[in-house]
Amino acid sequence: MTYKWYLYTALFFLFSALSFGVLASYVYISPEFLKQGLGFTALRPIHVSSVLLWILLGATGSVYAAMESLSEKKATTSLLSLQWLLWMVAAAGILYSYLNKSFGGREYWEFNPVWALPIGAAWVIFVMNFVRLVKSITTWPVYVWMWLTGIVFFLFIFSENYLWLFPFFKGNLLRDMTIQWKVNGSMVGAWNQMIYGSAFFLMDRIAGTKSTGRSKVAFFMYFLGLFNLMFNWGHHIYTLPTEKYVRHLGYAVSMTEWIIFIKILYDWKKAVDVAHQQAHHFSYRFLLAADVWVFLNLFQALLMSIPAVNRLTHGTHVTVAHAMGTTIGINSMILISACFEFLGYREKMNRPWKKLLTFSFWLLQGSLFLFWLSLNSAGIQKGLWQLSPEQGSYSGMMEGLQLWFRLLVLSGIGLLMAFSVLIVFLLKKNPVQAGGTD
Amino acid sequence: MYIFLALCVSFLLYSFSIYLHKPGIRTPEHFDETKAGRGQMVWQKYNCQACHQLFGLGGYLGPDLTNVLSHPQKGEVVVRSIISSGTKQMPAFSLSEEEMSDLLEFLRLSDACGISDPRTYTMHANGTLELPKRN
Repeated sequence: MTYKWYLYTALFFLFSALSFGVLASYVYISPEFLKQGLGFTALRPIHVSSVLLWILLGATGSVYAAMESLSEKKATTSLLSLQWLLWMVAAAGILYSYLNKSFGGREYWEFNPVWALPIGAAWVIFVMNFVRLVKSITTWPVYVWMWLTGIVFFLFIFSENYLWLFPFFKGNLLRDMTIQWKVNGSMVGAWNQMIYGSAFFLMDRIAGTKSTGRSKVAFFMYFLGLFNLMFNWGHHIYTLPTEKYVRHLGYAVSMTEWIIFIKILYDWKKAVDVAHQQAHHFSYRFLLAADVWVFLNLFQALLMSIPAVNRLTHGTHVTVAHAMGTTIGINSMILISACFEFLGYREKMNRPWKKLLTFSFWLLQGSLFLFWLSLNSAGIQKGLWQLSPEQGSYSGMMEGLQLWFRLLVLSGIGLLMAFSVLIVFLLKKNPVQAGGTD
Repeated sequence: MYIFLALCVSFLLYSFSIYLHKPGIRTPEHFDETKAGRGQMVWQKYNCQACHQLFGLGGYLGPDLTNVLSHPQKGEVVVRSIISSGTKQMPAFSLSEEEMSDLLEFLRLSDACGISDPRTYTMHANGTLELPKRN
């Protein structure tokens, strides 16, 4: 058992996420699709849980792979196997839970809460293994701090995610919803720390430098990211009548992300110069694509974090556009880059594969742009409906969004096709025997 | 290291302040808190959040249900009928009478918490929003 198993299974869940995502989006244009079978109430959580499994297993595999090259020690194989096995038990349980429509959980974690136990146990093992590996590193570059932060905070926030099981926390709906969205906001920040940390590591590794992870600016950006992970979640609940200070703090902290936005603009020319030198590396191409998506999504997030703008976008597909833009455009691009690097594909590949992968890369970027555009357009149209004095019926408004939903399904199929080529290449061309056995 | 520790301590203090603070809710007359708590579990059991929202938070296939019970054209009778018979998109759900009554109590609670209608929010010059108070 090696970290490669985490990346292989993560890729499998990516395929599941895309397939169920396409099926769920089809309900928007054909409302009776699978209505009497799985239905949207099961399709959506299968899609979302597959995405979470892709991100969390992919991030775990990437951190292990990077730590193996940084640390003098190796991860304990028995713990590595047990952690993976616990994830598989959880994944099987979650799927069983959804297929039997045994929900009982909260949004994004709709499965029966019992299946959170193997996830929690797997994460405790991850902490143990990580601490063992990190002890042998004397001077920590920024990405080691980011991994540590992401891993520890995820465990804390994941536990917080189940506070609702205790009557004290469930007893007040506004407090309960505040904690729920505190969790949802901070958890994304936690896995972003792990994934962005891997991106910094990959940048250094591809360029053959050690500067990215050790500069003062990198540490400043890390602390800014951590500050936002901890305190900016209030921007999710501007419309929830909880205490004002929660919403105002979320607003104020969110605005500090303009610094990151300006930094991206400032670094743009440098990134383009490096891109010319490293463009032949697929790993680098996906990192660069993630940079473009960070730019677009951060700009959108900053606008949405202004309460007056949020009044238009809250409760609409603009929020979905942002969620999809970040999970596909940023998280998935970085994780695919990590898969190329850690599954051993920096060497030259044969010409037909190279052409096919280049085509898939551009199909992916084009489809994602249309996907993001269709969700934003549907969201803005719905937002205007929400604000109009003469509000028509909900079903009438949804009928008016059909053009955008058709584009959504079409671009979703494009995403499925593009990612499928990448998944097949990464799984088929790199059999387990090539270095993944014990 | 010191910056890291200072941030962690601040985060923990902020988290506990959120846990311990109980926002005020003007519950309606004859409101049954235990029943509403069970109703929240019904909401989760049938995964209503996959399609519906409370305060704009949830899925977007169906409408926001925060104030569905006090809506002039909706209310309890309409909600009961939609749940039992379904719509074009929504399948019919066979809830027991107890589950239905618990769910309705939960929706009465969400209605009492506030108004989820962006048209009623007041914007300030600094970009913040003022939410209307429930009578």
